[in-house]
Amino acid sequence: MAMLKMKSWTLRFVAQTMLLLFWSAMAVWAIGPKDSSPHGTNIFAPASTPAKAISDLSVFVLVITGIIFVVVFALLAYSVIKFRGRAVDAGREPAQVYGSTQIELAWTIIPILIVIVLFLATARVLHAVQDAPQPPGAIEVTAIGHQYWWEFRYPKLGVVTANELHIPVSNPANPTPTFLTLLSADTDHSFWIPELAGKTDLIPNHPNRMWMDPLRTGIFLGQCAQYCGVQHAKMLLRVSVDSPADFAAWVRGQQQPAVQDASVATGRRVFESNACMNCHAVAGTNANGRFGPDLTHLMIRATIASGAASNTPENLRLWIQDPNAIKPGSLMPAMKLNDSDLDAVVSYMETLR
Amino acid sequence: MSSNAITIPGVQIDEKPWVDTLHEWVTTVDHKRLGVLYILYALLFLVVAGVEALIIRIQLMFPHNHFVSPQVFNRLFTMHGTTMVFFMGMPILFGFANYLVPLMIGARDMAFPRLNAFSFWLSAMGGFLLYFSLVGANGLYGAGNAPDAGWWAYAPLTARAFSPGHSTDYWTLALLVSGFGSIGTAINIIATILCMRCPGMKLNRMPLLAWLNLVMAGMVLLAVSPLTAAQFMLLIDRYLGGHFFDTQAGGSAMLWMHFFWIFGHPEVYVLIIPCFAFMSEIIPVFSRKPIFGYPVMVAATVCIGFVSMSVWAHHMFSVGMNSYANSFFTITTMAVGVPTGIKIFNWLGTMWGGKIQFKVPMLFCIAFLFQFLTAGLTGIMLGSAAFDSQLTLSYFVVAHFHYTLVGGVVFGVFAALYYWYPKITGRILNETLGKLHFWLFLIGFHLTFDLMHIPGLLGMPRRIYTYEPGRGWDTVNLLISVGGFIQAIAVVIFAANLVVSYFKGKKAGNDPWDAWTLEWATSSPPPAYNFASIPLVASRRPLWDLKHPEDQ
Repeated sequence: MAMLKMKSWTLRFVAQTMLLLFWSAMAVWAIGPKDSSPHGTNIFAPASTPAKAISDLSVFVLVITGIIFVVVFALLAYSVIKFRGRAVDAGREPAQVYGSTQIELAWTIIPILIVIVLFLATARVLHAVQDAPQPPGAIEVTAIGHQYWWEFRYPKLGVVTANELHIPVSNPANPTPTFLTLLSADTDHSFWIPELAGKTDLIPNHPNRMWMDPLRTGIFLGQCAQYCGVQHAKMLLRVSVDSPADFAAWVRGQQQPAVQDASVATGRRVFESNACMNCHAVAGTNANGRFGPDLTHLMIRATIASGAASNTPENLRLWIQDPNAIKPGSLMPAMKLNDSDLDAVVSYMETLR
Repeated sequence: MSSNAITIPGVQIDEKPWVDTLHEWVTTVDHKRLGVLYILYALLFLVVAGVEALIIRIQLMFPHNHFVSPQVFNRLFTMHGTTMVFFMGMPILFGFANYLVPLMIGARDMAFPRLNAFSFWLSAMGGFLLYFSLVGANGLYGAGNAPDAGWWAYAPLTARAFSPGHSTDYWTLALLVSGFGSIGTAINIIATILCMRCPGMKLNRMPLLAWLNLVMAGMVLLAVSPLTAAQFMLLIDRYLGGHFFDTQAGGSAMLWMHFFWIFGHPEVYVLIIPCFAFMSEIIPVFSRKPIFGYPVMVAATVCIGFVSMSVWAHHMFSVGMNSYANSFFTITTMAVGVPTGIKIFNWLGTMWGGKIQFKVPMLFCIAFLFQFLTAGLTGIMLGSAAFDSQLTLSYFVVAHFHYTLVGGVVFGVFAALYYWYPKITGRILNETLGKLHFWLFLIGFHLTFDLMHIPGLLGMPRRIYTYEPGRGWDTVNLLISVGGFIQAIAVVIFAANLVVSYFKGKKAGNDPWDAWTLEWATSSPPPAYNFASIPLVASRRPLWDLKHPEDQ
């Protein structure tokens, strides 16, 4: 009876473990590859050369470690079932084996060989990704991390924007990759668009570089990956990969100074006579603060507050009235404007296309 | 049984006032009492940090949940990590080392009993200092009341510009103070093992537990010192106008990372090696066979000790080191996998051909082996620097290290508690409650941490207080949280078992598991002097020799 009981629960242990593993594998399968729309953040749905190289390496590493897992798991499960103590021979001790040099050697040398293979495969990808030369047609962008938003500057194109990065799609025959210089204005951040590249940190006083050459157009999502303070969670990142024509049009638009619309002069006056302009820049006006995002073409962007809310007039109004309502801990202060000033500023913002 | 197993029944003094008992415990320099104090103190913090984890999991059950504010969430994960590593993991393992090492090498106490007490009280002070921040850190209006810079506290987030008030100072001081305690204990363990072994206990006859704790103590010495230095530098930056980590004044944020991780990575081995030690004692006894490949086990541990001192920057694969540095830390990281693999194979070799008895300690050991295997393999994935640039800082890495620290360290600690509880208290923990605890904890653990790998692969970064819906993270996070609560229920059952069995448990006798090492030769609980006469050993399994004279 005792033996039967023991047998049943050891089997149950193995069965349950197997079931859990199967279940997790199913979960990966069910959630993972299905989500291959341009909006995903799946590391196994790469859309650029570095992400593809990493993803291929990942599959290779997963297969090798998967085989090791199956073999060792099977051995462990086998020995747990096969060598369980039985009631019949209780009292007798099994043969006392102290070791075996041959076996020890085998399970030292085989892992060493596996390690060498995995290392070489990794080193090859590291070199390909990190040491890639910058081709002449590359787009250069300086990305600057701020406590809870992203600043993007295109030094060669004279464009400054925030939170939503626009880059051209890269044709493999005539590549136009984007090379980013990563800086930080305050604490550490990390730039991570899982489908375009692995992450690279933005560290103050320590410029980093990374690149990506998106192979298809669309919106790619990501967010800050290095804990940077209170609102680390809502430091979201959108990359719009445009066709060459769309990208050129976007750049031309961004190079224009802000629209001057006389009908919103009140709003502009409120903006320029309050502290707004200490932190925000609007090209072509006196506002040239750099502590917050550049607002020259604010209405081109789909989101505000670094992706925390969609760019609608209601959200914009709420954001200016009380930033903490959308993003508690954000460094933008509540300006305590009265209703008419608030409306005027929002109308002014809405003209900044 | 053994000539050493003389139990002198203490003179029964009727009812001591509780103040006297308390006084005895507070002023004790006995290694066994200090060991128990360490363990109780660590279990207290296990509950505290466990509750913090549960609050984190409630917050993450649903996207855009509002259970706690971002500020509170950031404090919770900082306190959870710091507490679990410094005030649960290290103390409980030091507790076992304190309790077991002298008994297993046939000594009467640690080499420096008063240093031992001093170290314990320093560590204890550290933990209370950390939690005193809840009351004392509000140095500035609006400043946080608990540390919130994360458990690795990267510069410049800890600078006064980003971390006003005193919360970071409490964090720094807590780690400084407990760090001195850890260094004291490490010195004590090394001195005890090298100088206090009983006659005949050569180094190559020493129980593996003593060997592994020797390696662990060596690593504590080497690893905690840089952390302590870094904490001093941080204090100088914050209060004496230093610029070590002040990036605005030419300091380096990278410097902190290197200092922290040259402590931080050996630290995980400091936590796991004593659990390897538990495995190496418990698996043989319940397989009824000696450990397979004793010399190789020792060599592998020493090898892990050395190699793991050169892997720290694999925590920094995303900070922009060049491809050569990344390659170097890839190979060293993967190289640690070799001796670790050897260990798993040797435990397997120990079970192979044995007669495995599925007592509760052994159940936890078997689960440990499966989980540590998985954690090792995800570690290989993270060790591949290119793959890691996707995985690091995501929930995948959170799942990986919880697999080692819960699936490894916590399961190892539970195994050890079930195995040595009879020695410590004289009573065996209830088997039925033990099995219930085991199965519930196992199911909860796998529900939580198997699934936790998935959001990482789907791009969910760690340390976010909330997340966007529609990225495939929602359902998984809900299930992960459910698993957390199942684990909590299991821990409650365990706590009940500890209390119930202390009063009503089956009497253990000297040697309830029919084991072989010296601690089972004395009474349970052992007398203050451990052994009536210092034992004399002639092999690695002195009690086996006594029980099987025909093997001589």
